[in-house]
Amino acid sequence: MDENTPILQVDGLNTTFHRNGRALPALRDVSFSVARGEVLGLVGESGSGKSVTLRSIIGLARRYGDVTGQVRWQGRDLVEMADRALRQIQGREIAMIFQEPMTSLNPLLTVGLQLEETLRAHTDLPRAARRDRAIEMLDLVGIPSAAQRLKDYPHQFSGGMRQRVMIAIALAANPKLLLADEPTTALDVTIQAQILDLILRLAQDMDMGVLLVTHDLGVVAQTCDNVAVMYAGRIVEQGLVRDVLREPRHPYTVGLMRSVPENLPPRTPLYSVPGVPPGLDALPPGCAFAPRCTSCIAPCSQDRPALSLITEGRQVACFNPVTKSQGNAA
Amino acid sequence: MTGTVMEIRDLHLRFPMGRSPADYVTGRPGRVVNALNGVSLDLIRGETLGVVGESGCGKSTLARCIVRLYTPSEGEIRFDGQDVFGTEQRADRAYNRRVQMMFQDPYSSLNPRMTTGQILAEALSVHKMRPDAKIPARVAELLELVRLSQDAQHKLPHEFSGGQRQRIAIARALAVEPEVLIADELVSALDVSVQAQVVNLLLELQETLDLTILFVAHDLRLVRHVSNRVAVIYLGRIVEVGDSETLFSAPAHPYSQALLSAAPSLNPDERGKAVKLEGELPSPLNMPSGCPFHVRCRHATETCKTTLPVLLPFKGRGEVACHHVEEINANA
Repeated sequence: MDENTPILQVDGLNTTFHRNGRALPALRDVSFSVARGEVLGLVGESGSGKSVTLRSIIGLARRYGDVTGQVRWQGRDLVEMADRALRQIQGREIAMIFQEPMTSLNPLLTVGLQLEETLRAHTDLPRAARRDRAIEMLDLVGIPSAAQRLKDYPHQFSGGMRQRVMIAIALAANPKLLLADEPTTALDVTIQAQILDLILRLAQDMDMGVLLVTHDLGVVAQTCDNVAVMYAGRIVEQGLVRDVLREPRHPYTVGLMRSVPENLPPRTPLYSVPGVPPGLDALPPGCAFAPRCTSCIAPCSQDRPALSLITEGRQVACFNPVTKSQGNAA
Repeated sequence: MTGTVMEIRDLHLRFPMGRSPADYVTGRPGRVVNALNGVSLDLIRGETLGVVGESGCGKSTLARCIVRLYTPSEGEIRFDGQDVFGTEQRADRAYNRRVQMMFQDPYSSLNPRMTTGQILAEALSVHKMRPDAKIPARVAELLELVRLSQDAQHKLPHEFSGGQRQRIAIARALAVEPEVLIADELVSALDVSVQAQVVNLLLELQETLDLTILFVAHDLRLVRHVSNRVAVIYLGRIVEVGDSETLFSAPAHPYSQALLSAAPSLNPDERGKAVKLEGELPSPLNMPSGCPFHVRCRHATETCKTTLPVLLPFKGRGEVACHHVEEINANA
């Protein structure tokens, strides 16, 4: 595993949607990279831009909005790439798993057909080999009696099994990067643990990069190598999972961590970040988090802090980052 | 006032499946989904009882039985000593008033064409809580109770965020001054920080209004935080019930152990420590014989395959339904 050569490099990604003649800045200046075999977590609340980031990378957002910036993939820029060329990458080199296993499979086609469809589009395998590969993939994701189940329709599978089918389809063409949008949110913790294990194992075995979107910090702690915290369309903190979770520096990350009911006396009030996230059409002029921030200082409401390296491997976008002692007191 | 407010005894609920023409020809009986298989549970006045389990285990079915959305096939629920499903009680609205339910999906549990004011007023007038003239004042009071601004009265559900909608759902339940609240995944659809606000509100209202809460959720951390006692359900049966802190810090049933360890910890150093649970919940259409957990249990023996374990007190720390609970927890 070569940690130093990223396979995906996102640089200054901006995505803007338009509604009723108004521009909605869904993503602003998002930059990060993913190396081979690395699992990068993207966390944040609804509307922070996690899913839009994934969709902008793989070219699904450009149909509905303006995407600018750079997405470097194998020496090419996916943002500039024509749809036709992009389709050769979608599903083959970069695969995506969507949040809802219930609605992302075609209910009218057998699972085998949907798997084979991917293989036909993205590989040169002959028919018999495609069938073998389909069985192999279902086996790999832990679906019992795979050969028989190829003939089954999505409704004949449970939620966890459907999500496995989605993963099997996504991985069928041996992608180099997997974009996983809340792959376990709809599932039970026991099944979630199995699916995350599976993704981790496959990332290692196939040396595949993974970009994992989640709102669960526990999932991040147990799965990811690095994490980027998003707020109102921007990355506000980024670093090694261990460092960020142990010593969060951005006040928003601190707030998110404190909202999780862990290591608290039972039935005591839970912490919650005051206020609500701003609407994309009414972002405050300075730091978007300033109106809710407890460490807000004078410059916060006028200027926007840039994401900058504050210690080795840690980037934070804040004028007044939380220090270690404060973090512990919180 | 303490004591048992609700007794659930040996509750069974079977949903018959349709018979296929082939079934009629061969005379095969229709198949049956065994949603609840003998649930017994006491609800103690003023407590929060958490109910956890995987999807399909019967958590929501149990909640819905309690509010009489489903009629159990066997067993009984006694509220204040009276059989809830007895003939006289059936027509009685008083029970509906005293036991209120709040649902998971804040987008579909409120009528999209009614304003918040109308939603709350409807609950008040159906249960004749106030004379018509006094309803507006009570609506205002309820909004204040759940910390919504007064202009919320004139808004429609779609104008609110998920967290605000759940506040409306709470206000609607509280409008009729219930004693027991059934919260079925009340905050599951919300972001953590909003979730925290709604949970705080619920705990606070519980104190001030002396409410008993049945808190059904799949978020184990949250259940641990809000509950006094917790019941773990597996395939329509309670496998363990006991004090929340004890159960979460040292679960005794092998299923509770596996379920709780599957919850991802915030500590990255605890990676890979989970007790792995193989497979999924068996279908309630084909209930395994004996202990319903034996097919996934690493401690299972021949006895487990044939004999159904009953819920028995274990070391004075709640009740566990497992043949081998002593051996499994011998080193604990």
